[in-house]
Amino acid sequence: MDATILLFLLQDGVTNGAIYALLALALVLVFAVTRVILVPQGEFVTYGALTLAMLDLGKVPGTAGLLIVFAALALAVEVWANRRRLSLKLSGRLALFYVLPPLVIVVLAGWLAPMRLGPVPQALLAIAIVSPMGPYLYRIAFQPLSEASVLVLLIAAVGAHFSMTGLCLLFFGPEGLRAQPLITTGFTAGPLPVSGQSIAIYLAALGLMLALYLFFGRTILGKALRATAVNRLGARLVGVRTALSGQLAFLIAAAIGALSGVLIAPVTTVFYDSGFLIGLKGFVAAIVGGLVSYPVAVAAAVGVGLVEAFASFWASSFKEIIVFMLIIPVLLVRSLTATHTEDEE
Amino acid sequence: MSAPILVLEAISVAYGKVEAVRGVSLSMLPGSIVTVIGANGAGKTTLLNAAMGLLPANGRLTFGGTALHDHSIEERVALGMALVPERRELFGSMTVEDNLVLGGFRTAAAERAQSLAQVFARFPRLEERRRQLAGTLSGGERQMLAMGRALMGRPRLLMLDEPSLGLAPLIVRDIFEIIVGLRKTGVSILLVEQNARAALQIADHAYVMELGEITAHGPAAELAADPQIVASYLGLGAAAD
Repeated sequence: MDATILLFLLQDGVTNGAIYALLALALVLVFAVTRVILVPQGEFVTYGALTLAMLDLGKVPGTAGLLIVFAALALAVEVWANRRRLSLKLSGRLALFYVLPPLVIVVLAGWLAPMRLGPVPQALLAIAIVSPMGPYLYRIAFQPLSEASVLVLLIAAVGAHFSMTGLCLLFFGPEGLRAQPLITTGFTAGPLPVSGQSIAIYLAALGLMLALYLFFGRTILGKALRATAVNRLGARLVGVRTALSGQLAFLIAAAIGALSGVLIAPVTTVFYDSGFLIGLKGFVAAIVGGLVSYPVAVAAAVGVGLVEAFASFWASSFKEIIVFMLIIPVLLVRSLTATHTEDEE
Repeated sequence: MSAPILVLEAISVAYGKVEAVRGVSLSMLPGSIVTVIGANGAGKTTLLNAAMGLLPANGRLTFGGTALHDHSIEERVALGMALVPERRELFGSMTVEDNLVLGGFRTAAAERAQSLAQVFARFPRLEERRRQLAGTLSGGERQMLAMGRALMGRPRLLMLDEPSLGLAPLIVRDIFEIIVGLRKTGVSILLVEQNARAALQIADHAYVMELGEITAHGPAAELAADPQIVASYLGLGAAAD
């Protein structure tokens, strides 16, 4: 191995690591607020990537139909839950939340898709189509279980993962797709060509972390999310609805997933089931951070990306095994050093 | 006299087959301090939790003219009810100021800033510690923070569950002085206490709870003079006071 290869692998590792970091942040956030281990996080990546690829082709993406499926199911669950107290005011609120956003987004997608507005507007449109599925998924699968144990929530998450993969196959078909790069220009730093896409990935990752930092530190909604994570009963006593926190966490997670998908779509061919493995690597990083620490999760994600890059150079057929084996020593150390502070209510 | 702000009629709460509260009726006028006294395990906390919607209850509950049945905790907060639970339920890893700001989650931003200034004026200690994490506060400060957080929501009814529990006598006196001061602002206070002597001193009306039932009630001053109550609740309380 010479210095050029080393630099290549480092760049590759950090680029992938940035994506895993985004996913790890979403996983930590969702777990802290709702105690759900968000197995379907990877599906949002797939949805984002495939949506962007379809928009590139000037077609209305299958996720537009999916969004309507999600919204209709969520609305049905909500109406059923409120069947004895449906008032005009409540119906209006439901329409505002479950009917208006998907309608606007789908109409917008149908109108803008054939115009092929270029990579960045298409990426934003893709994120807009996928993000609302997060809160709808929470409403359908997790809100009715909000008092259940972590294990029950995990099983529901696995179920959601399989359903979403199946729906993706139904709406996009089995072929893989790839999108145009968001930024085509690049430059060379010494012997190392730096692609515009990897710069876009770094910028998006850093920008998003900064945005999350400001959101949680400065805004009342962000503080309410943190409060829900720290003390659910306390949060309810000041009037923060658990459902609101859950839906907000899922909205952020879905948006992060879609953003990650949009970022990787130009560099990898994405199939209907590709997201799972990507999400799982974010999960490895989140586990290193104990599903509680954001900075540790980010650092671990970059580590996962680097290990993956070097493993694919030295032992490419074992690269996934090596990455996932990382979790064993981490769990071992954690279980040996952990002071058991089970925070079950 | 104006209409009562809170009315409980034949409230019962059961944990499985065990009825912790049986057929309790209680009514309080706006701007008054009402106390529920009784021994440990009499069902006082259960009663408060049921009023706030933490526990399902049978019976009728009316707050400010609104009948509450399947209203969630959050909806009760929006109506103007606030509970300071026995365990305080603070956000330990967040700062004192963030805890307070979150107390005003349902109010407008401008109103929140104003409430924060008022809470700091009432609890100068909290202002000194505004950047400190809530988990590092002393017991008395935690109680002040829990009360301050509840007040940030500008409640019409403040329910306090054992505010003196585990606190040094000097701090208990401070807390009770603050409660008296709060009443002057017009907020109604439902106070659940084991420290019967202190509670009866500041309350307008009192209820005595035993084994899940109300066994006596009346103006606080009358109960404080009732020989039977003195024997059961104040005789021992004198030593602790």
